[in-house]
Amino acid sequence: MRIGRRFFLKSCAALGAAGAVKALPAADVTPAEAAAARDGFGVLVDTTQCIGCRTCEAACAEANGLPEPERMGDDTVFSEHRETSERQFTVVNKAKGEGEDRFAKTQCLHCVVPACASACPVKALDKTESGPVVYHPDRCIGCRYCMVACPFGVPKYEYDKTVPYVRKCTMCPARLAEGKPPACVESCPGGALLFGKREELLAEARKRVYAPGSKYVPHIFGEHEAGGTSWMYIADRPLCDFGLPADVGERSYYENTRGALGAVPFVITLWPPLLMGLYAARKSEEKDHE
Amino acid sequence: MSEAAQVRAARPTLVERLFLGASAKDYVRSLLTPGDLAIAAILLVGIPVIVYRFAFGLGAATHLSQATPWGLWIGFDMLCGVALAAGGYTLAAAVTLFGYRELKPVVRAAILTGFLGYVFAVIGLLCDLGQPWRIAYPLVYSWGTTSVMFEVGWCVALYTTVLAVEFLPAFCEWMGWAFPLKLLHRIEIGAIVLGIVLSTLHQSSLGSLFLMAPGKLHPLWYSPYLPVFFFVSSIAAGLAMVIFESGISHKLFHDRCDPERPVDLDRIVLALARGAAVVLFAYVFLRLQGLADGGSWRMLGTGWGALWLVEVGGLALVPSLMFAYASRHGRVRVARVASVMAVLGVVMNRLDVSIVAFNWKHPFTYVPSWMELVGSVTIVTMGIVTFRWIVNRMPVLSRRGATGIAER
Repeated sequence: MRIGRRFFLKSCAALGAAGAVKALPAADVTPAEAAAARDGFGVLVDTTQCIGCRTCEAACAEANGLPEPERMGDDTVFSEHRETSERQFTVVNKAKGEGEDRFAKTQCLHCVVPACASACPVKALDKTESGPVVYHPDRCIGCRYCMVACPFGVPKYEYDKTVPYVRKCTMCPARLAEGKPPACVESCPGGALLFGKREELLAEARKRVYAPGSKYVPHIFGEHEAGGTSWMYIADRPLCDFGLPADVGERSYYENTRGALGAVPFVITLWPPLLMGLYAARKSEEKDHE
Repeated sequence: MSEAAQVRAARPTLVERLFLGASAKDYVRSLLTPGDLAIAAILLVGIPVIVYRFAFGLGAATHLSQATPWGLWIGFDMLCGVALAAGGYTLAAAVTLFGYRELKPVVRAAILTGFLGYVFAVIGLLCDLGQPWRIAYPLVYSWGTTSVMFEVGWCVALYTTVLAVEFLPAFCEWMGWAFPLKLLHRIEIGAIVLGIVLSTLHQSSLGSLFLMAPGKLHPLWYSPYLPVFFFVSSIAAGLAMVIFESGISHKLFHDRCDPERPVDLDRIVLALARGAAVVLFAYVFLRLQGLADGGSWRMLGTGWGALWLVEVGGLALVPSLMFAYASRHGRVRVARVASVMAVLGVVMNRLDVSIVAFNWKHPFTYVPSWMELVGSVTIVTMGIVTFRWIVNRMPVLSRRGATGIAER
């Protein structure tokens, strides 16, 4: 058989058109970028210092223009585990289990390589160099894949609106740009929230957790979880008592789809010549039979 | 009169074509059958429901929640719709690239089913998106290249276009346009290859979407091989859908078939059954490998395991064996029953992954609202009505409907 000019051009056109679909490499987050993200700001939550006053909840609501949290100053709110919502980006919960009363606030953990940002088809969620995982509402199409992807259940959706957006804690990036800590950290009266560079916070956490005679459990939640998070937790009891998930693993969620996306260029490059080859071989065989 | 002039004189006008040669009044009267009234009833309830969803938001119309961001409209309309529309690329590849010429009479219907399947899957997606007017953003506004969803978006958009191009010849023949036909014939192979590339990518990527949720999807379904499962099962779904749909079409649209050139549908069904048997068997085997890889054999003893066994054993392995038996012993009816089972099996798989086995650790379960159900039924109904409208007019099941154009 002979591969004619037209056949060749057609193959090239098919290949080129397909190649244009995904000419971009799947590897968007390089190790260097991940290192930069690790270098950004974060918060260390020392749960042994939290008194459950919920001042941070109120400060968060004020800073983000959200309704005032329910039942402020009423300890009955701790009778059940609460989740963050599209109207409340942080909540304080009482830990389960035996022992002294312990509390911890939950909010977005601002992963070093965030699942939500890897999953977003329009880059509406983005990890900034200074640490926060921010949201660009002007890009969001509302597919809610970020909510499927986030292992911590952080992004919340405004289901009751006709023009809905994703809402979550953004770590007050405007305040950070002014050199101020997030609103919740500033409001905390008990020293439970330590703001600083992630590496420095990790060093501080290690100092506290691994000090001789330390009361802490030897686990810094967020050091490795889901590839590392900018918000980290230490406690004197198992961290799952605070509702922090134990099944997220140590690999960043970006890695979960990396292999599958890496196969895309290969399919685009190898499928057309293979299929065209099959076609050509069959055609020449048919001709031989004639 | 010359031959060309005769052909021109015999050409029906556009109005005649649209109303099938009847007057508008007679045409409307011909629609007053019980089946058509049932369709009208569904659309009469369904279209206001869809309007309601856009007027009052997702929260008012659906049972979606913060923990269950994806429900029936993604699980059924999108995932099942796209999988069951796989007949288009499967048959195009089988006939044009691999040379199974005997399947040619069902290719156009398969491509039409595929095209409409995608169009209505996208309509389902539009209902589900929070801001559907931004649906083109991943294509034109902001590229999230690390996202599987980005890849799916591009592939679905391009492949729907490819399917339209693949179906255009039927439309041109119906309209009696000769010029584009030549051009379309020239790009046919390119379009088919591009269609296969795009289908390989997004059929598998719909599975890859769930790679992001290892903690949320039950281990019996979660596997790094999800994209492979989705791709291979889409081929089976495509073949089974063509067996299922061709049987119904050739019965319902009997008058659209050409009595002078009868199609040996039984032979086609048996050939498709042979392919479906092999693909489904490979799929079952792959699923077992997924179990071995995840080390989740013991979970087969739980309630989830029973569900898995129904899906993979009852609705994949059994139809695979039935297909094999049917093609070996020439039992067309067995193949038809198996095709229904295989279609149900793929539907069940997509619903298991996206809804039933998703959030398996959560105490609550998502049950779709009646409006979600009605919305899905409405979208499927609109697809069937469109299919019928086109089959009744254009040369899909046979050469009937082609005006003034010689067969190439």
